[in-house]
Amino acid sequence: MTSVSDLFSVLVMQGFNGLSSFSVLLLMALGLAIIFGQMGVINMAHGEFLTIGAYTTYLLSEVSQRWAPWLQKSYFVFAVLVSFGLAAGIGLLVEHVMVRHLYRRPLDTLLATWGLSLIMQQGFRSIFGAKEVSAVLPDWLMGSFKPTQSIDIPINGVFVMGLTLLLTSAVFFMLLRTRWGVWVRATTQNRVMAGAAGINTRKVDRSAFALGCGLAGIAGAAFTTIGSTGPTSGSLYIVDTFLVVVFGGAESLLGTIASAFGIAQTQATSEFFLTGSTAKVLTLTSVILILMLRPQGLFTIRVRR
Amino acid sequence: MLKQWSRSARTLLACSIGFVAAANNHAHAETVPTAQATTTGQAVTDTEVTVGQLHSATGTMAISETGSIQAERLAIDQINASGGILGRQIKIIQEDGASDWPTFAEKAKKLLVSDKVAAVFGCWTSASRKAVLPVFEKENGLLYYPTFYEGLEQSKNVFYTGQEATQQILAGLDWVAKEKKAKTFFLIGSDYIWPRTSNKIARKHIENVLKGTVVGEEYYPLGHTQFGSLINKIKLKKPDVVYAIVVGGSNVSFYKQLKAAGVTSDKQTLLTISVTEDELLGIGGENMVGFYAAMKYFQSLDNENNKKFVKAFKAKYGPKSVIGDVTQAAYLGPWLWRAAVEKAKSFDVDKVVAASPDIELKTAPEGYVKVHKNHHLWSKLRIGQVLADGQFKVLYESGLIEPNPFPKGYQ
Repeated sequence: MTSVSDLFSVLVMQGFNGLSSFSVLLLMALGLAIIFGQMGVINMAHGEFLTIGAYTTYLLSEVSQRWAPWLQKSYFVFAVLVSFGLAAGIGLLVEHVMVRHLYRRPLDTLLATWGLSLIMQQGFRSIFGAKEVSAVLPDWLMGSFKPTQSIDIPINGVFVMGLTLLLTSAVFFMLLRTRWGVWVRATTQNRVMAGAAGINTRKVDRSAFALGCGLAGIAGAAFTTIGSTGPTSGSLYIVDTFLVVVFGGAESLLGTIASAFGIAQTQATSEFFLTGSTAKVLTLTSVILILMLRPQGLFTIRVRR
Repeated sequence: MLKQWSRSARTLLACSIGFVAAANNHAHAETVPTAQATTTGQAVTDTEVTVGQLHSATGTMAISETGSIQAERLAIDQINASGGILGRQIKIIQEDGASDWPTFAEKAKKLLVSDKVAAVFGCWTSASRKAVLPVFEKENGLLYYPTFYEGLEQSKNVFYTGQEATQQILAGLDWVAKEKKAKTFFLIGSDYIWPRTSNKIARKHIENVLKGTVVGEEYYPLGHTQFGSLINKIKLKKPDVVYAIVVGGSNVSFYKQLKAAGVTSDKQTLLTISVTEDELLGIGGENMVGFYAAMKYFQSLDNENNKKFVKAFKAKYGPKSVIGDVTQAAYLGPWLWRAAVEKAKSFDVDKVVAASPDIELKTAPEGYVKVHKNHHLWSKLRIGQVLADGQFKVLYESGLIEPNPFPKGYQ
């Protein structure tokens, strides 16, 4: 029934699928890698910042359908930008009102941001209703690309992959090649010393938190192409997000990438040969085993404390 | 003095309402003295009867349960407007189960023990129903449960207004096997009791009755968002039919990713029992065009009852609101209760239960239903095809199907 060329096609598509899962995991973890990895803030409301991006996309889709039909093909690009701005803005506010008072109390931050996530979820529910909504996505995003008769490469997957590549490079560039990056790295390594050297650590905290939230907003906008938009949509991703960041070694961005890649490939491959639930068990078990042997995660920065 | 006067005024009012209603509405609004109408201390006065509503208005399940809350309220408003029940107006006490099963049990106890409600309309997931079941059985309460579910349950204290598994599954599979000449099936589900039990029944039917083959059966955790590997497996196995019971946020991911991977209705037949108009709001009709759903009710059903119902629903909840299968089943609850109470001339649970079998509802939006002595409903099954605007085109309608919550040979 199945010919060799079919088998080859599925192999190609499965390879793409692994890469696609990898970019989804990385995209959602990128913001948290900065907030949790660099700043040490356990932000349980990270998923809700994704939701902000998703609802922003939905709103812009409604607006463009009603008032600006000529925007229907391109509104998505604006949605990504607006999502970043909005999520970063709200992030700034949250940092100012809540998180900055808790920098030295990580466990209290966990509880406080978890509370925040519940408040935000109920907020979405009150504003947009409890039911899920759906942004009308432009056709160019929802089709598939067909290099041969039997191979379909999902365009939304390619889109998420491109976006991830772009944002990861941008974050790397900012951390390693700009003055701001030097400040962040200095503050992460030794807050007191950085302050003594004249770095405004308050400003660093604020901007890093806002950047992390903004990245979550972008991820949320991008995920409307592959997932749901509802009050609790963001929370679907939160466990995987922490998993990727912790497994990678909280302070290393490179670790986040390696861990997203490892988890995505294990999950995608085992899902193909086993079933969904078994694959999840297998992935989580291997992560736990590796973390038992290497509690600090895959990659660590060696610093003297 | 004043208090006494106002009470007699109220009685007078109730009598006159009862009288007017009786005049308009033949038998079913005659007044029965309170001492006769309830002998178990329920919250019933000469003018009022209190019922409970127990759904999740907050938490993850609010997505699904909102429609049921709305439909039950609409039915109760309409019953009140047409003279109430045994000459009494229905008062609702709404409790929030908050998507948390122990909370459901606690609130059920509150409604039955402190509020002494005559009936409860509520629950959505099987987990919440299983959590409140012991409470209803111990306190001898009465629950009307709206969701289609896996079956394998029957309680004196519960009426199931949605379909049990065999009603929803067998006729749908028969249809797809006949229409699409389907021989091979790929079964997919979210990983919990309803999809697993339903697929078990589906598999038995495919193998034993339809003489087809199941080429794959897979379950994914609730909240799973990456379906790429599964989609590739579907492409490899090339089944005639994909039979999908995916729920919640996963549903949206599954269908969006299917479309993006080029698995569309022109190349693949897909039949689901877990997508109603409510879910289509989140998925987007354009992402599922041409796939089939097996349900007892679709909003687009073309009959007079349904047109009236849809009109009233939209008048109350806005022109953009949609009505899914469970929402309609929830709407039946209060009407079935009223019919049983008025037949029994009593709110006592034992009498209402005894009066319930064979009660018919000819005004049901789905057409016609009848209560079976096993507390489920006789109902039809329809096949709807998804349209881009988020509605279904009804393609097929079965005859009345007898509910069979404990199917022999399917377990």
